[in-house]
Parts: sequence; structure tokens; C-alpha cells
Amino acid sequence: MSRTYVGMPAFPRAAARATEDATLRSNLRRATHTIRARRAQAVAELADWEELRAAAAAIKDRTLRHLDHYLTLLEENVTRAGGTVHWAADADEANRIVTELVRATGEREVVKVKSMTTQETGLNDALERAGIRAYETDLAELIVQLADDLPSHILVPAIHRGRGEIRDIFRDRMADWGRPAPEGLTDRPADLAEAARLHLREKFLTAKVAVSGANFLVAETGTAVVVESEGNGRMCLTLPETLISVVGIEKVVPAWRDLEVFLQLLPRSSTAERMNPYTSMWTGTSDADGPRAFHLVLLDNGRTDALADRVGRQALRCIRCSACLNVCPVYERAGGHAYGSPYPGPIGAILTPQLRGPASALEESLPFASTLCGACYEVCPVAIDIPEVLLHLRERVAEGGEVTVRGVRTRVRPAKRHAVERTAMRAAGWTFDHPGALRRAQRLAGRARRLRPRRLPGPLGAWTDSRELPELPAESFRDWWSRTRGDAP
Amino acid sequence: MSGGTSRERVLGRVRRALADVPRHERPRDHPVPRDYRLTHGTRTPADAAALLAANLTDYRAVVHRTDEGGLPALVAGLLGRRGARRVVVPPGLPDAWLAPELLAAAGVEQVADSPALTTRALDGVDSVVTGCALAIAETGTIVLDAGPGQGRRALTLVPDHHVCVVRVADQVVDSVPRALARLAPDRPLTWISGPSATSDIELDRVEGVHGPRTLEVVLLDGTGPR
Amino acid sequence: MRVGLFVTCVNDTLHPGTGRAVVTLLERLGVRVGFPAEQSCCGQPLFNTGYRRRTEPLLLRHAAAFRDYDHIVTPSASCAAMVREHYPRIAARAAAEGRGGRDGAALAEAAASVVPRTYELTEFLLDVLGVTDVGAYFPHTVTYHPTCHGLRALRLGDRPRRLLEHVRGLELRELAGAEECCGFGGTFAVKNAAVSAAMGADKARAIGDTGARAVCAVDNSCLLHIGGTLARAGSRVRPLHIAQILASTDGSVP
Repeated sequence: MSRTYVGMPAFPRAAARATEDATLRSNLRRATHTIRARRAQAVAELADWEELRAAAAAIKDRTLRHLDHYLTLLEENVTRAGGTVHWAADADEANRIVTELVRATGEREVVKVKSMTTQETGLNDALERAGIRAYETDLAELIVQLADDLPSHILVPAIHRGRGEIRDIFRDRMADWGRPAPEGLTDRPADLAEAARLHLREKFLTAKVAVSGANFLVAETGTAVVVESEGNGRMCLTLPETLISVVGIEKVVPAWRDLEVFLQLLPRSSTAERMNPYTSMWTGTSDADGPRAFHLVLLDNGRTDALADRVGRQALRCIRCSACLNVCPVYERAGGHAYGSPYPGPIGAILTPQLRGPASALEESLPFASTLCGACYEVCPVAIDIPEVLLHLRERVAEGGEVTVRGVRTRVRPAKRHAVERTAMRAAGWTFDHPGALRRAQRLAGRARRLRPRRLPGPLGAWTDSRELPELPAESFRDWWSRTRGDAP
Repeated sequence: MSGGTSRERVLGRVRRALADVPRHERPRDHPVPRDYRLTHGTRTPADAAALLAANLTDYRAVVHRTDEGGLPALVAGLLGRRGARRVVVPPGLPDAWLAPELLAAAGVEQVADSPALTTRALDGVDSVVTGCALAIAETGTIVLDAGPGQGRRALTLVPDHHVCVVRVADQVVDSVPRALARLAPDRPLTWISGPSATSDIELDRVEGVHGPRTLEVVLLDGTGPR
Repeated sequence: MRVGLFVTCVNDTLHPGTGRAVVTLLERLGVRVGFPAEQSCCGQPLFNTGYRRRTEPLLLRHAAAFRDYDHIVTPSASCAAMVREHYPRIAARAAAEGRGGRDGAALAEAAASVVPRTYELTEFLLDVLGVTDVGAYFPHTVTYHPTCHGLRALRLGDRPRRLLEHVRGLELRELAGAEECCGFGGTFAVKNAAVSAAMGADKARAIGDTGARAVCAVDNSCLLHIGGTLARAGSRVRPLHIAQILASTDGSVP
């Protein structure tokens, strides 16, 4: 059984551990800084980037506001084209549907295209319990699977691994899963890619069933779109007899023409390319070309709960490009695992708590895993105001509020863990609204300024662990003003 | 077909979640501003072909240019230099593109696609020669739609060497929006921008994973069929 | 032209020198500055920690305090962003929650009244006064850290830089990775202390690498974190608010 995200510690603890891992820090730094500069260049090539971004946000909003309409239209068109549509309210149901579909083929093995939704549902474990082996075929997913690791990035799940580590993983583990790594494998990326090609070739040629996700589903035509680089996607989408695609309900777009917006935004945001090497588009099934059976599993799993939140629903515009991860200074230091879900980084910090609801300390801590620096919003190709949603979710933790969980509207109480902070904030709010009290507090502090401690007590000690305290002034600004400008205090 | 009830449950949740959307609002009522550009710049067909070539080259595709008279020799030469023993050809590829005597001289066996050609058999083929549905200059992309001279998708996937002929006169479009307007959604489509690549190791791009590791694009000058 | 100084609670309490520098600078440029004593905190610390509703009285207080001024000038990009970006949202949310009534209308009115009058200091100098040379003299090497709110919320662009370039004697040193957050983030500095410290250490290293004697910014809260990190590392680089440099005419820090 592979590792899972269940029972992960809250963000601050996991992140703190990551900051001490020098290898991780250097891997993440190198990778994110490389892609950051290249993305900026790729985006600068298009003078109408902001217009494309506005169009994309509006298309997604139109879809979300009429999601029932577009989902039924999609279902109709996929069915007409020879596909079969399944609906899964949650992860378990999706896994059950896929397991049954695979069983019905009589196969015990499936090849998989990288898919965020099946990471989210934990499909591989569910299949394994049913005696079905799932082979990940995306290079990074392969690395993660071989190492019995967890993904730490949306686009590059093994971003936390450097080339040397990848070489070791291939050398030590490939034989357990099939063809062993070539003798004398080096850590050159080209050699590592070649090793993956050889290892997976046999699987592609013999696989009868493939499982994928999809980047877009076009409602008016019933077309599914997968955007990729390596060709493993094409292998899985083309060669097997049965194709099962598990796709979140928010991946639907209304019209064929809408792809002209997303196919310009996604590659440049994601891999900083004008266009990714391969994009596959298919509508149902075709005679004598590709799978004879196509199953589309539409997954809710908390998406409708996010949809019910008027501020939070913009997170469902996400096209999983991972630009926000690559620019995030917190992600760069904390690494992806600290976010405790397949969706790390800024988008994960707003998506995970919404998909899972206020489930545990982890979900409560995620909205606070940001300095609100705004870099994520700036690069988001569908203009998700991530800081706005973070603030909104912080409020839900701090003060409680309305939330929809598995389709049921409830009120959550303020988080217990925030009780001390809440008291302090109430006191601060009161003091700020009474300038006389504020002035008395300032004078008191000014008089006690020689008692500057090296370490602050309680939770504030976290400040003095890495920083000096400022010297307190003898006189506040307002006292200086009234003393020198003669206004009465 | 699983769970009519789950379908109703999900759709019911969607409808309840959208309680704030006015009942009378139709999907089209939510505006989508489309003031982005349909092409990035105005260019002559020659400019578009040059840009296509530059962008393909940028992503490590090998670009050649010839006319109809020169095509058979060029293709035979590419296959010969590659050392290809067997080349697969989809139905509907213009006969004039391949000269059997030149291929024979280069030691290349021509294999016609047929249902009997299994995936495994295809794995024993070195190269594939196809046409395309269109090519996109601004992104350096060729698009195949399984039409005549392109064949089923597996043909351009399993062999490690893909030679793709693009008719400059009528197959090069400027941009992604122009391309989508010409493509038929009900056909299986494959968009190809350079050879197979990955950024999975340290987010650095390297070419050559599962798809054809060598992509050669021949830009064909001349009028071509309309 | 009546200009009200919105000094901010952080500057009032911890960095009164910055407030004094703004007064010196603006008065030197012929601006009459007022300081309404009813002003307090804009509510940013509460708002950013999830206590939106508790900022409503502070919003009303802020608008009332500055009712009589033509312009509201603040030496803090994040507090200016709080007013301009979030005040309208706070009012809108209150209305959406059905607290429209008198309270909601009052909030909306208060927000609308202060938003167009609120300027971060460098905006005020360039956009309203139209000056780039404020007559400052500061013969030292300085590097400039553009804070996140200045950069991405207010879009200050090169305003601070243009002002610094006109300071006589000042040598501006380029800061590598300037656009990256320093790691302060308000309560983030305590809630996620390890990541905050890691970000601060990287920023401090980049600052040290410039060889500058001072690092300046448009926000003292970021400088509190940067300066505290530099000091703990034994660095001699001095954190300065840009106002302190622009106010200086004799090379010393006022």
C-alpha cells in the first residue's frame, strides 16, 4: 500500500520540518526559479495576455453559474458519440465505479495517465485492494510510485527530487515493477527519460485498460482534452481497448471555441511553452482508431460544496497549471507535502479546505499558509484571487460561519485552536477603537522599554526565535505630535 | 451505467449551490469578453511558414523545405539517413510523395497500414510518413485529424521517427483560434509541437520520452490540392 | 489642500521617527499636514487574521477621523492597500450578509469616501505633488526592497525608485530577487515561524550581498521583520523607511 495523505500534521509543523531539509530546499529553489523566469518570458510574448485571462475567468464563471446545464449537455453529447457517462458523488464511489469497470474487462493491470482526480480519490490503493495493479506512466508519477512517495507538485509531482535521487530510485526500484533500469544509468535527464521509456514500453504495448483524467470537457461537442508532454498520455488514450477518464465536474467548458483561450493560457503558464508537445482531443469513440469503449466518470467529491460558497467558488476555475506553486515563496520553502493533499501550494491552500470541509487541524491551518504576498494571483491564468479566498477561509476558521459539507448547509463554530488568538484580537479590536486606551498602552510600553526581552513569552516567542525585537521608542508619534504641535492630548 | 441516483444527487447539489444565481439568468447572460486577438500580428503566407519553421525548430523539430518535385527524394533521403528499415504509410497518402525506387535504393521497406498491423507489429516499424490537417505558425504545432494521409493515431505514436508533410499553400494557419475554427471536434485530434519532451526532472526540458523522439516536418511549397 | 497624515498604528507605536520624517518631508515641500488624533489602526491585522467583522468599527472610525481632509497620506503600502482594496469589500460583504440597513449603508459610504483620497507616500509625492526630486541628501549606499503590497496591490511601480534616484549622494544598489516576499505576512511570522524565518534569512542574505549600508522600503512592518532578521544575524545593514531617507537633507537619519 502506498503512502497516503491521511493523518498529516498541520501545515506549520510539516513545513517547519521541510525548511530544515537542505536537499529539498535546494531542489525546490532550483526548479521553481528556472520555471519562474521562463514563464514570465512565455507570457510576455502575448500582448493580449490580460484579455485572454479575463476571457478565461468569464468562461469558467459562466460554466460554474450554469454547471447543471453544461453537465447534462456534456453527458448527452458524450453518450451520443459512443461514450458512457458515470456520476460519482465522492471519492469512494468514483473508485468503486472504476474498479468495477476494470473488473468487467477481466484485466488485472491498468496504465495511467497522470491525473489529479485519481490522486485525490486514492484510486491506485483502491485498485490494489481489488487485486488490480495500476502503473503510473508520467515520468514524475513513475518516480513517485517507484519511491513509494507522495506527489509534491501539480505538474511535476517529483519536483522535490533532484536528478541524483531519481537515478537512485530508478536503479533500486524499477526491477520491482517491470524492466530494470539500464546498467550504469547516469543522472543525466536524457538518460533518465530513456530509462523510463524502456521501462514503460512493454506496458503500453500490452495494456488493455487505461485510466486518465482530462484537462477540459467541451459540453457542446462532448470532446475530452488531455494536454501533456511525454507521449505517455497518447499511449494510454490511444492503444488500450478501454479508456476510463475520471474528471472533476468543474472541468467542463461550454463551447469548442472556448478551447482557443485555454490552449493559449495553459501551456505558457504551466511549462512556459508556446504549446505543449502533445494535446489529444477525442469525442466518444471512433471506428478503428483508439479505444472501443470510453467511460467518463464525473466526480463531485466536495466540488459542489465549494460551488456553494460565493467567494470560494472561484477556486473551481483552476486549470491546474501550477504557476501559483512556482512563484510561491512559501511553497518554495515548505515543499508540497506540507500541504497534505495532491493540491499543494496556494491553490491547494484554498482548494483542499473547501473540498474536504473543516475536517482537521490540517484543513484549518492551510488558509494561514501564506503571507498574502499576491504573487499567485498575479500569475493565475484564470484570475483566481487566491489571497481573497484565503482571507475568506481564515474568517471561517477564526469566527466560524456557513459552510456546505457533502451537500448539506451547516454552520461551523469558530475553531477551538484559535480561542487565545480570538481573545487577543477582540482586545486589540477594542483598543484600536479606543485611542485613549491605545495611548495608555503605548506609554506603558514606552516606560518599560528597557525591559526588552531576548525572548517573548508564549506563542510570540516564535518571533524572537529568529529575529531581534525592535527598540521601543520613548515617545509614540501621537505624543510627539501633541507635544510639539500643541494639540491637547 | 452506475447510479441514476448519484447523477441526481450531484445535479441536485449543483442546483442548491447555485441558489444565488437568478432564476431567469441564461448561460449566455453571463458575459464573456472576447477582446483578445485572433492572431498575434498580420503576416503573409510566407511569413507564417517562416514563423512555423522557427517555432518548430525552437522545440527541436527538424524542419525541411521543398516543392512537390523535390519531395520524394527528400523523404527517401530522410529515411535513408535515419537508417530506417521499415516505414509505415497511412491510407490516402499521395502517391507522388513517395518514390518506391528511391525507397528501395535507400533500403527502406514500405508498409501499408491495415487492421492486421497490431500495436506490437507497429513497434517494429522505424518511421512513419504522414500529412496533416493543418499547422499553427504562432505555436509551432501540427495537427492531425486522422484524415486521408494521416491514418489512425497509433501510427504517429509508436514509431520513433515521424516525418510530417505540411502544405504551405493551404495548411498553415496563424494561430490557435484560427486552427480551432477549421478543425472538426468529432474527429480524433492530435496536436504535436515538437518531439516528445518532459520537464519532470528539475523542471528542465529534455526531449524524447514516449512519443516519437525525432519529428521531421517538411514544409511543402506549391499550390497543392485545394 | 488639507493633507491628513494616516501614520498607522505600527508607526505610531514602534516607528514614530517615520511619522516625523513624513511631516518634515511634506512640510518642506510646502504641504500643510494635519494629524487627526481620533485615528487608530485601519484594521489590517484583524482582517488578515480572519476577523473581518471586527474591522467594521475601525473602518467607520478611520473614515470619520479623516472626514475633513482632501488627501490622506500614509507611509505604509499595506495600510493603503487595506483601505483601497479591502474597505469596499468589507462594506459589500456586510451588505451581502443582510446587514445592509443603516450599518451597511454607513460602511459603504465610509469606504467610498476614503478610497479615492488615500495615497501611499510615494504615490502622493509623484501623482499629486508631481515631484521626483524632494531635495534630499543622503550620501550612503542603499538597497530598496519593494514590498508585496506596494508592488502587487498598489502597483507602485518605479515611483519609490525614481524618488531615490533623485536623492543627492545616494547610491542605489540592485537587490537580487527583489520582488520576492520577505516572509513577514503579519501573524504569518508567528503562525508559520519556520517558513517566515527561512524567507527572511534569504532576503537578509540578498540584502547583505548588495553591500549596501541600508535597506529601505515603503512599509515598516516588513522592515521590522527584515531588520530583526538582519540584527539577529549580526548584520550592520540598517533598515530605514523611505521617508527617513527622503526627509534627510544633511545625510543623517532624522
